[in-house]
Amino acid sequence: MKHARIAWAGAIHDAIEADSQLELLTPAFKGRRVGFDEVVWLPPLAPMPAHRPRTILALGLNYADHAKELAFKAPEEPLAFVKGEASLTGHRGFTVRPAGVSYMHYECELAVVIGKTARKVKRADAYDFIAGYTVANDYAIRDYLENWYRPNLRVKNRDTCTPIGPWRVDAADVPDPMNLALQTTVNGQVTQSGHTRDMIFDVPFLIEYFSRFMTLQPGDLILTGTPDGVVDCRPGDVIVTQIEGLGALENTIAHACE
Amino acid sequence: MNPSAATFLPDGAVYGTLLNFRHEQALWAARATEPPYKAPPQAPVLFIKTANTFSAQGAAIALPADVPEVEVGASVGLVIADFESFWAHPSVDGSHSAINLEATSALPRVVGCVLLNDLSVPHDSYYRPPVKFKCLDGFLGIGPRCVPLTEVGDLNTLKLEVRINGALRQTVDFGGLVRDAATLLADVNAFMTLRPGDVLMLGSDCLADGTRPRARAGDRIEISAPGFAPLVNTLVGESA
Repeated sequence: MKHARIAWAGAIHDAIEADSQLELLTPAFKGRRVGFDEVVWLPPLAPMPAHRPRTILALGLNYADHAKELAFKAPEEPLAFVKGEASLTGHRGFTVRPAGVSYMHYECELAVVIGKTARKVKRADAYDFIAGYTVANDYAIRDYLENWYRPNLRVKNRDTCTPIGPWRVDAADVPDPMNLALQTTVNGQVTQSGHTRDMIFDVPFLIEYFSRFMTLQPGDLILTGTPDGVVDCRPGDVIVTQIEGLGALENTIAHACE
Repeated sequence: MNPSAATFLPDGAVYGTLLNFRHEQALWAARATEPPYKAPPQAPVLFIKTANTFSAQGAAIALPADVPEVEVGASVGLVIADFESFWAHPSVDGSHSAINLEATSALPRVVGCVLLNDLSVPHDSYYRPPVKFKCLDGFLGIGPRCVPLTEVGDLNTLKLEVRINGALRQTVDFGGLVRDAATLLADVNAFMTLRPGDVLMLGSDCLADGTRPRARAGDRIEISAPGFAPLVNTLVGESA
């Protein structure tokens, strides 16, 4: 099943995909179908409980070809960083390109949504702890890179710079997340093609690695890195990051407001 | 988030700040120009203490078997105001404090401050994000309460004392900040918006020799400051 979270008719709703429409789960409108163009798409994630903000882990250099592209040797252990929830935005949203920067690029990534409390999980059991998957576009603004806790938050944790969605797809509907094609288009032209089988550290490894020292909770995210083929994005560009079986996440680059 | 609640835990993201004391920055001056850093940091260098690190006042913090000792980073966090605080406690929203007066209307309001014990596995390099050193379960002591800014007074004169098993190990003088609270808040918000419930740590200082106080299983760590109830956490060995 494909789950969405949308704003429609003055309220926020959970919905599922049904025959290329959104079927609302809200009791007052249960079963009502609305078109994809009638709604505002939010990140397809339930809110977190009080005093338990969402943990969003992300991977750098997790595809051998992207590591090479960026002139690094492949890492010997995951290059992990953390993002705040404020950087998330939904499908068909706008991402702001700051004025005066020279290199802002998308990163199409398989995002793992944790489904139950994960502590000291063994690789062989890792899939039991996954609720589902979605597509993330983890934009980076390379002008702001500094070699302190790199990639630093000014590059990676900006408002609007992590589109995610459109759907959260149940794990049961993704038999092998390590066998999915990824693709990004800019204004309809394919600029990035890759495959999740080329990850250096695969999803079960990452769940074992993180849960060894940090307990993950339902709703936490792991963004698993991006393959080769990132290019600069300009205001007005329409970026579509898509993953086989999960959907196509559309985003438009906007000018910064003065 | 009620600022007068007995035990405070954040609802939002907790951001830490690296190298925000002039003393530690000076110790790093030579190294900062060498690889892999190549240049001193320009924008604030931040890290995130994930929710699994939250330890309430009084909680025992378990050290994994392969972590014999930890560094203590004593700090205060600015707690960003939420709507509940505004409406329920208009007199303590901090509007009259120096931080909020200096801030423009575009910046978030700070409702108060909370003591923080930012624990780390000792590490020498600041090159890569410190997830495996700083995001271990329980590695952020918090509280016990969010003290309204109006009670805190001038943050630039705040001094924290760090005691381990009752012995004074460090005095942290917030007059020594590179970016004071108002400046840090403005510089961080220049690239990311802090949301209601988020916490922005002002940073922790090192000792004269560049290290931080270290503690082991069995140690009782107390962080205290005038106007704040002490933050106490005890380290324990992790049970198998």
